[in-house]
Amino acid sequence: MSEASLGPGLLRLGLIGSPNSGKTTIFNALTGLRAKVGNYPGVTVERREGELEIDGRRVRVIDLPGTYSLTPISPDEAVVGRVIAGELGPAPDALLLVADACTLDRSLLMIAQVLRRGVPTCLVLTMTDELHARGGVLDLACLERALGIPVRGVVGHRGLGLAALRPLLAHPESWSRPHLLPPEPAEERAGWAASVLASALTRRPGPSRSSEAIDRVVLHPLAGTLLFGTVMVVFFQLIFAWAVPAMNAIDAGVGWAGGFVHAALPPGLLADFLADALIAGVGSVIVFLPQIVLLFTLLCLLEDVGYMARAAFLIDRVMGRIGLEGRSFVSLLSSYACAVPGIMATRTIPSPRHRLLTILVAPLMTCSARLPVYALLIAAFVPPVAVAGPLRLQGLVLLGLYLLGALSALAVAAVFGRTLMRGESLPFYMELPPYRWPTAKLVVTQVWGSARAFLRRAGTVILTVSIVLWCLLTFPRTPAPPGATAAEARRHSLEHSLAGRTGRALEPWLAPLGFDWKIGVGLLASLAAREVIVATLAQIYAATDDETSLRDALRRDADPRTGRRIYTPATVASLLVFFVFALQCMSTIAVMKRETNSWRWPAFAFGYLLALAYAASFATHRLVTALGGGP
Amino acid sequence: MSRAEAPTPTASGAVPLASLGPGACGLVESVDSSTPVGRRLADLGFLPRTQVRVLRRAPLGDPIEYELRGYRLCMRRAEAARVLVVPVDPRTPPSP
Repeated sequence: MSEASLGPGLLRLGLIGSPNSGKTTIFNALTGLRAKVGNYPGVTVERREGELEIDGRRVRVIDLPGTYSLTPISPDEAVVGRVIAGELGPAPDALLLVADACTLDRSLLMIAQVLRRGVPTCLVLTMTDELHARGGVLDLACLERALGIPVRGVVGHRGLGLAALRPLLAHPESWSRPHLLPPEPAEERAGWAASVLASALTRRPGPSRSSEAIDRVVLHPLAGTLLFGTVMVVFFQLIFAWAVPAMNAIDAGVGWAGGFVHAALPPGLLADFLADALIAGVGSVIVFLPQIVLLFTLLCLLEDVGYMARAAFLIDRVMGRIGLEGRSFVSLLSSYACAVPGIMATRTIPSPRHRLLTILVAPLMTCSARLPVYALLIAAFVPPVAVAGPLRLQGLVLLGLYLLGALSALAVAAVFGRTLMRGESLPFYMELPPYRWPTAKLVVTQVWGSARAFLRRAGTVILTVSIVLWCLLTFPRTPAPPGATAAEARRHSLEHSLAGRTGRALEPWLAPLGFDWKIGVGLLASLAAREVIVATLAQIYAATDDETSLRDALRRDADPRTGRRIYTPATVASLLVFFVFALQCMSTIAVMKRETNSWRWPAFAFGYLLALAYAASFATHRLVTALGGGP
Repeated sequence: MSRAEAPTPTASGAVPLASLGPGACGLVESVDSSTPVGRRLADLGFLPRTQVRVLRRAPLGDPIEYELRGYRLCMRRAEAARVLVVPVDPRTPPSP
């Protein structure tokens, strides 16, 4: 066949395989860092495509979600079959089927299903080095004859065999096709698989001795549990501690850029807009980047090594009790640092129901953005007295807030799982792959992909909301009274802005919680990000950036009519509880939208958390008032 | 096909896979393939005459780790109860 008859058209190649088959490594090796990420309509499955050129022909590789079967048991799983059938865009011209050579016995059950689709198919066997190391002998020529399709062996992470694979990919019309299709019923497929295996697998691979030895420790009831605890504490600590210098640097950079704009431009709307809306808005997005990069690097390493499946195996029982599963644990733990990467980490959960439940409760885990708010209020209003030994009241209050968040997340998951999201979950099953060395290239590719996706998708939403919030806090502009200092002028303009007026208008709603209009404005501003309330209160109290003076201003603030203190113990407790529950973080909302592929779930999460925050704050205010801590 | 879920042996001596302890082996007799979950278990390799070995339970008793068809998989008791196996001597070499 001549080159010309192939036509200049784009060749679509569907990449299909089960989880842990090395499919992602093959995808990255073929397409490099040029993958385009999107969503399929109506489901939460990510759509990844990448292009390459072979022999002057453009080839688009469509990475299909990993699956063990073409018989779907959820809408998300049905995506694979629908893409092959051409129901979601043009059907692929050919399929590249990736299977782990060591699990060929099981993989043949799906290979049979794929062959029955009648699309030109080429089988790529990965981990052929591991097969040999475990004493297995596989005759690829025999396998080709038995299946009737081209078969190539590769060692994906070392790039072996890929050079021989590439030229083949451009010419699927020349691939051999099976003379006889495999049978459909599962039991007959098993017989077919056994006969294929008998002709090609000269010697079965033995068990992976090193993995068995490692698992005797890692999955040991005592040693394994201790190791699990250690890994999780270190993991949590690293995300918290290691990300802080980078986050501070970004914060300082954003502050410097804002200051530069103010210094370089004449004071006025343009400078304010550039510095306070654009630069601060972009800054509020990229400040999460260090945590996202760090978290995904750690997650990727643990996943690629094979520990993540073990951790999920150990903790599944506990998570199962509240209607989640083992893999939810990792995501919820990550949400302690920040719900954004935590929600992105739910992609490893195959059951849509478990995944959605995890996403909905992740914002309840005490993220690092709550810390500045808690720190300000606790430092200002909780006396630094010792309770027992080295335990101090301030630390205990902080610990209590962390526990309240975590317990609420578990309780809400249990309630939603039994009411709102009833119905049968997908069965829980999980492969425990052999331990493998992670490859730097794969980790870098995956981390880079996640960071880029976050910046691009979340960035647009966050920037828009930042601009809207800035407008609310700035307009309409009212001239400051003559002789006012710059700080007083800022307070005056804030008080008469749309946000200030809204705060006043909201007062009847806020009064039952013990909040005045100033706290109302702070809460409105904190819809962008929780910690923004600190800066907003500082502006309202015309305080300098020195935290001590804001603390004093809060302590001194009194109602001008009655002379009563605003921040009574009841109000402070109520405000702290409000922050435990409310979803004041547009980054989280944007990521929920991205991961669930609809506005429905972020809207629901925002609504239920707001209702919960309001009810809990109201109850707290009443309770503390009854105990004598009221106005 | 028997739909027995309790660990009482069927006529052929088959018991639910969930009732086997660590170290035990069984040959799959049947999987309830009338449900989506049962069909998925079949696609995962739980097919008649497949040898399944119980490796271990998680520290809290659930899930349970199995070895079959040259790979390792864990699932909860609820899923393992849907697979009926005939216990065999663990020393017999695997012959799917």
